[in-house]
Amino acid sequence: MTVEPKLYQVDTFAVGNRLLDPAQRSEQARADRSNAITSGHRACQGCGEVLGARYVLDAAMRATGGNMVAANATGCLEVFSTPYPETSWQLPWLHSLFGNAPAVASGMAAALRAQGRSDTRVVAQAGDGGTVDIGFGCLSGMFERNDDVLFVCYDNEGYMNTGVQRSGATPPAARTANTKALGPEPGNAFGQGKFVPLIAMAHEIPYVATATVADLRDLEAKVETAMGMSGARYLHVLVPCPLGWGSASEDTIKVARLARETGIFPVFEAERGRITAVSKIRRWQPVEEYLRIQRRYAHLFGEPRRDDIVARIQAQADHNIDRFGLLDDDPGYEQDQE
Amino acid sequence: MLEIRIHGRGGQGAVTAAEMLSVAAFEEGRHAQAFPTFGSERTGAPVVSFCRIDDRPIRIHEPISHPDALLVQDPTLVHQVLLFEGVGEEAYVLLNTGRSFAELGLGEVEDRLRPGRAVCVPATEIARAELGRPLPNTALLGGFAALTGWVSLDSISTAIRQAFAGEVGEANVRAAKAAHDRVLEKKGRSARA
Amino acid sequence: MPVRSQIEGSQAVARAVARCRPQVVAAYPISPQTHIVESLADLVRTGELDPCEYLMVESELGAMSACIGSSAMGSRTYTATASQGLLFMAEALFNASGLGLPIVMTVANRAIGAPINIWNDHSDSMSMRDSGWVQLFASSNQEAVDLHVQAFRLAERLSLPVMVCMDGFVLTHAVEQVDVPEQDEVDAFLPPFTPRQQLDPAQPVSIGAMVGPEAFTEVKYLMHARQMQALDEIPRIAADFEAAFGRPAGGLVRPYRTDDAETVVVALGSQVGTIEVVVDQLRDEGHPVGLLDVTCFRPWPRDEVRRALAGAANVVVLEKAFAVGAGGIVGQNTRLALAGTPTVVHDVVAGLGGRPVTAAAVRGLLDDVLAGRVDPHRLHFLGLRTDLVDGQLRRDAASVPGPHAESMLREAGVIGSGSH
Repeated sequence: MTVEPKLYQVDTFAVGNRLLDPAQRSEQARADRSNAITSGHRACQGCGEVLGARYVLDAAMRATGGNMVAANATGCLEVFSTPYPETSWQLPWLHSLFGNAPAVASGMAAALRAQGRSDTRVVAQAGDGGTVDIGFGCLSGMFERNDDVLFVCYDNEGYMNTGVQRSGATPPAARTANTKALGPEPGNAFGQGKFVPLIAMAHEIPYVATATVADLRDLEAKVETAMGMSGARYLHVLVPCPLGWGSASEDTIKVARLARETGIFPVFEAERGRITAVSKIRRWQPVEEYLRIQRRYAHLFGEPRRDDIVARIQAQADHNIDRFGLLDDDPGYEQDQE
Repeated sequence: MLEIRIHGRGGQGAVTAAEMLSVAAFEEGRHAQAFPTFGSERTGAPVVSFCRIDDRPIRIHEPISHPDALLVQDPTLVHQVLLFEGVGEEAYVLLNTGRSFAELGLGEVEDRLRPGRAVCVPATEIARAELGRPLPNTALLGGFAALTGWVSLDSISTAIRQAFAGEVGEANVRAAKAAHDRVLEKKGRSARA
Repeated sequence: MPVRSQIEGSQAVARAVARCRPQVVAAYPISPQTHIVESLADLVRTGELDPCEYLMVESELGAMSACIGSSAMGSRTYTATASQGLLFMAEALFNASGLGLPIVMTVANRAIGAPINIWNDHSDSMSMRDSGWVQLFASSNQEAVDLHVQAFRLAERLSLPVMVCMDGFVLTHAVEQVDVPEQDEVDAFLPPFTPRQQLDPAQPVSIGAMVGPEAFTEVKYLMHARQMQALDEIPRIAADFEAAFGRPAGGLVRPYRTDDAETVVVALGSQVGTIEVVVDQLRDEGHPVGLLDVTCFRPWPRDEVRRALAGAANVVVLEKAFAVGAGGIVGQNTRLALAGTPTVVHDVVAGLGGRPVTAAAVRGLLDDVLAGRVDPHRLHFLGLRTDLVDGQLRRDAASVPGPHAESMLREAGVIGSGSH
């Protein structure tokens, strides 16, 4: 279920809780909120990942009545949440390795089936490195077996835990520690990388959705939808990383919103390999608005400006808008899914 | 300890034959060990399997280099592998062929062995008639029982029935019996000669 | 009463494992382990093993990872692998032991490439000797069956993972007489799994937290302490097993005719039976020779090995793996056990990549040792084809390019491999 609010905040086109019907509002202020991940963790200021994880897990806890377990890949989320001897997790939580969270979750689900406890649900989570790169084989295996796991990828577009290196989810032209702004093609190369939600759809699993931390109610609604289904489900959440992206800590939501409003990051839902809903762009913005507030793209706006590269990124956003039908006047998303 | 080596081609059932032979010996209350040469064999490739039979537990785990009996499921293997390596004059050799040792150019092998120890039996033909398929392994086991007397045809039949259920098993038992009778008949002839 | 069957080693192990009632089996196919897990898949499908979930995973890393998830969820968990597969799950092996998860795994021992080789040796298990898993080596299919039943009890008693190693093909594919324990016997011996730690929504815990320098040493010390406890627990379990099943199996080491032996062979796995035969021959001829079968390689039973060997003048460690550039692996451990004694230890590598360890070759080796013809300061390779290696070393010296394996195969006149 994607929320389609009728009212937006002036100027930013954000959807605050108070602009929603009471039934649709987030519950972050309620005293009995589950708080799957409590305060005191070591995440950076403005971390998109911990915000996303908290909303995802709290929504999942609500959907399951707290009857769930979580598998976690190695990465920022794991490191900042469990500095020995402390833990921020209020749910049963297992960290094994970087590349195996989907398989660990499969094993948990199998154990629950064997124990006749199918009411206990499994959520697995990883960053983009643990999902699209090192964990991809296990992820694809979990998908094709249709194991009863909701896998959540918190995509901050790089290996932030190890010092901001390029991953298979790093966008073109972005500066990372190993794709520096050097040479005639500064930053990450064009023509590489992968968008795993589409690969997940190719497995024809029950549910695939994307979301950003700019629309938390939409994120929660997708978790609720996913937890209402069984089998393999995949949620890909764009979570800005102030450290890695070079954005201001207070701009995390803004950056995420611009990723959506530019078409850089398409937000949609799909069931069994077919797109079922698309979040439309509320107020279209050129990609430059998105790029300029991130220092990882600073080399595009220095001396000399690289308008040619900005144009290539704009072309990608335009391609997304066309492909997924992100603008209202668009005839609709691609019909070649038949 | 009796040591038997079986040569065949992938798909002919050489490995199953060694297993069935070990089961037959087990049925007689003896200790037996069957194992294949372990390889990435494909259909048609040379395959070797082994069987040891003893009245005591068998502790040794090594391939059989000096067999007391040799079963050859396909004599054309002579062009590819050293079929008769380590086969002493006391050994029994049972060849699956409608022809004779001499006709196959193996007269020398026959001459080297004690009289009556080298026997040919058309196991593939028998299998074709009884099973409708050219799988010589069970027929050869029947022939082996007749040639050596080391296991009984009854035990071979029990082992076959354990490996193949129903009519397939019965057809294989008939094939074993047919080959058994042929070999007995040949032995009788050579004894009279 | 146990059912005595003429049965393939893999089938026997699969049945024994099934009677241990694993709730989750996650495995990926690799020769020569396949028959075991195929058979378990059958038993799950027919409902003979129920409740049990059989996960067909996408890799060995996935297999061990699923085992980690399942075991942490409180289910009795089993897998099997070999060779490259064991290496592919290496990272998860250390994780399972670090987390203290009582997973039981069969390793159908097979060589590691390159050159690729599907046949038996112990390079795979030996490469993981420091992974924190208990390693038990079976000398026969009967022992393989019995060790699996004991392995679950050991693993769950101490909350640590156990690897049962059985020689690939030599044992896994051999059809022999085996007493497969009956369900009621196993049930009486192996209590239901009571996990020491478990993911439970009613009592949420975090497992797998990051541990820094302030406590990492202590966590590792406790892993070691638990393995040391296994040295006490393994003989107890073996004694209980013998009492329950009426046959000896397991334990740390098994001395064979070592009393008054001046020369003792140390070995693991299926070659033990062959060596016993040679020991008997030599004893019949009046030579005081014995054998020490090491069943438990990890933890290393130093005191038991020392007790069994200290009276011998010569020890010959015959092992199916070695540390390239260093020497024997079991040999190094044996020297550690014999520190301060005058016993001379000979390291002999044998049976690599499926080369049979024959009674004749073992006899020849022991004749050489008895005659003082084996230099204890050198690593020996039983049956090494010196013509091939010398030729290649000459070509290397002359800088002839090309891969070693292929040049030597050409030299040896071998086309393909595995032909008899």
